[in-house]
Amino acid sequence: MSSGLALALALVVLALALGVAAARPRYLPVSAVVGGGLLVAVGAVGLSRAGDTLRGLAPTVGFLAALLLIAEGCRREGLFEAIGAVMARGSHGSAQRLLALVFMVAVGVTALLGLDATIVLLTPVVFATAARIRTSSRPPVYACAHLANSASLLLPVSNLTNLLAFHDSGLSFARFGALMALPTIGVVGVEWVVLRRFFASDLRRPRKRGGELARPTIPRFALAVLALTLVGFALSSLLGIAPVWVAAAGAAAITVPALRPRTTSAVALARAVEPGFLLFVLGLGVIVAAASDNGLASAVRDVLPRGASLPDLLAIAALSALLANLVNNVPATLLLIPVALASGPGAVLAMLIGVNVGPNLTYVGSLATLLWRRVLRAQDTDIELGEFTRLGLLTVPATLVTATVLLWLSLQV
Amino acid sequence: MHALVWIIEDTWQATIAQAAAYLPVDAEITLLHVADTEAEAVARAARHGLLGRHAPVHAQEDQLRAISEQAAAELLSDAQSTLGRPARCEARRGRVEREVVAATEDIDILILARDGDRAHLGPRSIGPAARFVIDHAPCRVLLIWPDPAPPLTTIPPPPEQPPPPSAQSH
Repeated sequence: MSSGLALALALVVLALALGVAAARPRYLPVSAVVGGGLLVAVGAVGLSRAGDTLRGLAPTVGFLAALLLIAEGCRREGLFEAIGAVMARGSHGSAQRLLALVFMVAVGVTALLGLDATIVLLTPVVFATAARIRTSSRPPVYACAHLANSASLLLPVSNLTNLLAFHDSGLSFARFGALMALPTIGVVGVEWVVLRRFFASDLRRPRKRGGELARPTIPRFALAVLALTLVGFALSSLLGIAPVWVAAAGAAAITVPALRPRTTSAVALARAVEPGFLLFVLGLGVIVAAASDNGLASAVRDVLPRGASLPDLLAIAALSALLANLVNNVPATLLLIPVALASGPGAVLAMLIGVNVGPNLTYVGSLATLLWRRVLRAQDTDIELGEFTRLGLLTVPATLVTATVLLWLSLQV
Repeated sequence: MHALVWIIEDTWQATIAQAAAYLPVDAEITLLHVADTEAEAVARAARHGLLGRHAPVHAQEDQLRAISEQAAAELLSDAQSTLGRPARCEARRGRVEREVVAATEDIDILILARDGDRAHLGPRSIGPAARFVIDHAPCRVLLIWPDPAPPLTTIPPPPEQPPPPSAQSH
């Protein structure tokens, strides 16, 4: 098969897989696995290359599964209910205070448990808290949606994109966090300033304090497991242990005790690790490998700067953000990693800034998702979120530049 | 007389108190609350961005809707008991300003509170939603200050007199 034809086929398969993911998530593993299998069968990608890709992705997929189990364990232990109760009490009925608390909590949850936890587990709690203290839910919910992306820079576990890049980056867990600390602080600062102004009329209204709220029960066990896991991550390179084993230990510590008194079932746990999505990532890896090998990688190599100067890093971040907005940030990362890796850790981290912060521009994470949802009429009751796009236009360019400049500064030390 | 009293979370007590004070005893009263669905839409959209992880999205959608509807029902019931007069409660969902205007059909007077900056007299004391409602309501409107109104000194001084046009000096 000519490489031109193979590239065209791989891109069609990629587009279809993304379409299914966007509009019919139930068939998502099938689409990627069948698509990847088809590309192997027609020879668009060699069997051994496909095998290498799968072997390369396997530790990352395992890592993700462990993190999902930890997040599920935290939910089971009541961490998110406790967070809701703490926020309700701490806000004293003030929308401003609630927003400040949501910022702190969303940054922490995103950094430690990943963006999925913020979107799936924290956002409903924040929504309920706003309803409970009778204040507008718009500022805190927008804050969750934005911070799930923009605070996901900090640690390798904060975003699947980070995990995908971390494995081959040559950075230790602690070094990754140290380099991304300043960019994260900068990005969160920008979000705070912009959101405060954007929702000024929602936040300005002072109000009287409501009735007494119940004292939250602090889930000590879940917090202890989280703290120990984080310490384990930080020390992993000193101890010579791959961070994935630390995650596995954390997942086991929070899951095994729940199995004995039957507070959870094997089925619930199996569902929590998102096996369909893990298969999808593996299949997507093979599809992207086929596209990369047949010309896409060299095209990306021609466009993406190689150096580590500030203008180079800014260009890498901007191009990565653009690509993440066209396709979703997971395929964008798979596509960009090999090229960015060749330019060193600075380029990899700049690429991550782009793919992590960029999706705040389009409210479903990418134009591909948006288009497919339109095409397949899966938009249900989607309303036009012009407001979301306006907010994205205000924050994304500013956060991209701030984070990249701060990354560049961190790299100079 | 059919009066519509639009209450929002922050200021419902003051709005109800003033409605009770101003409306004649024989007035037919409807208490209105509109739940903004934008936050729900944002939460839903964020989940679609997860590329199929944690499907189905519908379970959370229902969960958020239930939270929002329960909160609205509780607020309306608190408002009704504070009012202490018979009143009909109406809970709507959607774009707040549009829903309020839609609810003013066949209404003689709409009572609402300023929803902006309440520390200064001036146009900023009215937020975008109330501004739209005031501009579009097809009935009389009673606009209240939810707290004691700020003093007249909060009005900024008038702008400097512009210099007389130079043409006049000839």
